[in-house]
Amino acid sequence: MSEITAEQVAHLAYLARIDLSPLEITNLTHDLGQIVDSIAKVSEVATADTPATSHPMPLTNVFREDVVVPSLTVEQALSGAPDRAGDKFRVPAILDEE
Amino acid sequence: MTYLTKLSAAALSELLVAKEVSAVEATRAHLDHITAVDTDLHAFLHVAGDAALQAAARIDARRAAGETLNPLAGVPIAIKDVLATHDMPTTAGSKILEGWVPPYDATVVARLRSAGLVPLGKTNMDEFAMGSSTEHSAYGVTRNPWDRGRIPGGSGGGAAAAVASFQAPLALGSDTGGSIRQPAAVTGSVGVKPTYGGVSRYGAIALASSLDQVGPVSRTVYDAALLHDVIGGHDPLDSTSLTDSWPSMAAAAQAGLTDGALKGVRVGVIKELSGDGFQAGVTQRFTETLALLVAAGAEITEVSAPNFEYAVAAYYLILPAEASSNLARFDSVRFGIRVNPESGSLTSEHVMSATREAGFGAEVKRRIILGTYALSAGYYDAYYGSAQKVRTLIQRDFATAFSQVDVLVSPSAPTTAFKFGEKLADPMAMYINDVTTIPANLAGVPGMSIPIGLAPEDGLPVGLQIMAPAKADARLYTVGAAIEQLLEARWGHTMLSQAPALTPTEMFASEEGAV
Repeated sequence: MSEITAEQVAHLAYLARIDLSPLEITNLTHDLGQIVDSIAKVSEVATADTPATSHPMPLTNVFREDVVVPSLTVEQALSGAPDRAGDKFRVPAILDEE
Repeated sequence: MTYLTKLSAAALSELLVAKEVSAVEATRAHLDHITAVDTDLHAFLHVAGDAALQAAARIDARRAAGETLNPLAGVPIAIKDVLATHDMPTTAGSKILEGWVPPYDATVVARLRSAGLVPLGKTNMDEFAMGSSTEHSAYGVTRNPWDRGRIPGGSGGGAAAAVASFQAPLALGSDTGGSIRQPAAVTGSVGVKPTYGGVSRYGAIALASSLDQVGPVSRTVYDAALLHDVIGGHDPLDSTSLTDSWPSMAAAAQAGLTDGALKGVRVGVIKELSGDGFQAGVTQRFTETLALLVAAGAEITEVSAPNFEYAVAAYYLILPAEASSNLARFDSVRFGIRVNPESGSLTSEHVMSATREAGFGAEVKRRIILGTYALSAGYYDAYYGSAQKVRTLIQRDFATAFSQVDVLVSPSAPTTAFKFGEKLADPMAMYINDVTTIPANLAGVPGMSIPIGLAPEDGLPVGLQIMAPAKADARLYTVGAAIEQLLEARWGHTMLSQAPALTPTEMFASEEGAV
């Protein structure tokens, strides 16, 4: 039985940058515990001498010629932004003054 | 012009090429049918009627001018909302992208347009393709045309329902753990997940980058092959795109229609994907199909893939891990909505957290938190590291199996379409539903689902999954087309001709009946 706590879920939510309500934390603590119990069985067969696979079709060094190709205009790049200032994305303050 | 919606893409293409029907007529027939049936089914999130008619008119003008066009030019198509379209909103079924119109087309969409296919609109899906029922769409469910109280599969329930209800002859889907094949199975349509890297992912909103593949959704194997030929092949904009040259999938499907196409084909039945947990009617239709294969000269062997038992567990570690990092791009700065927190300071961090709280649904939050957990220090080796090792073991199981047989088969899904709400309360019940389809994504091999009949107990479609070695997609089309032909000869009709009619009149009648 995994021991996922509400504090752990709250911390994971902070790392993932998602505010969660107390009810969501309660529900996720329950769900996560159940899911982790079911998926922990991967360790049963993952022996030390089994290599890991990160990609189904191993490709290495996929390069292209270093040439300029058409790209998005500034207007296109900013077209979906929730806020802008001239030709730039406008973002909220990065540093907290507190 | 209703009959135009009943035609396969290939049959419609013949009429278009012969100029017996115009692309505008074909497009209008489909748009009219969407208006008639989709308020109830809700396969589409967006219908681009005017743009579709204009695109169709341009094809008619070019054809009238004597230009040689792709055979599919003028054939309408639906596009899963996970694919970027420069002229239609692209939300991936999420509130966080509500109203977003991308500044570019996905490569597969650009290829469709350049071949002259006519985009009708964008189809519904589980939010960011996370789900097996389309119940996790932020914009409401899509109903199964066979039974409107049941799920159309997921995540590509909209694409499958659109094709199965004759709102489009073709659709584009994406398949990360079965999102093309399982909806095809439960709606009686055809769906193909190509070899990983066979079709470009550029402009497909990423769920799990090492598993995602774009592929065709259709009503016939040959139609899927025609579409595969349009969208497939190397794309320099996707660094995981394979540079191989591919044979014509359409020619491969045609080869399946010749006499003796199945003679001597070695078919492996995966022992681990049968038995307990499989609905009786699913097993029955699957067994009957095997008998049909034997009668057609195929050699059936049982093969064992002992590590498939661990596939779902490995998948629900790898997918959330990749998704949690992929979805970090929804930061309320470059695209999508921005929501300010109700209290506290307005820093980027707080605004991002409030935006993601408001913009993501419960399943997306669940998987991001799970992925963050699987990747965190102290758990990484036990969970994510082990899952990657299981991936190796599953690839080895496939390698062993394909050293003995040409193709592998299993039921496409353990059950027929389940009812809305049936698996929502228990995430693991929903996840285990993908047991049949997940191994192909983990190994990168191609898979196809074709309809093989209705389960006697509930009258709902059953699908056969066919899998081939990596890069042997053509084999799926040959074998798939051969089995489709055998079954239709035995039935005396196509599968989808048996689906309940969805005329507006009958819909009202059934609503009255329900009251």
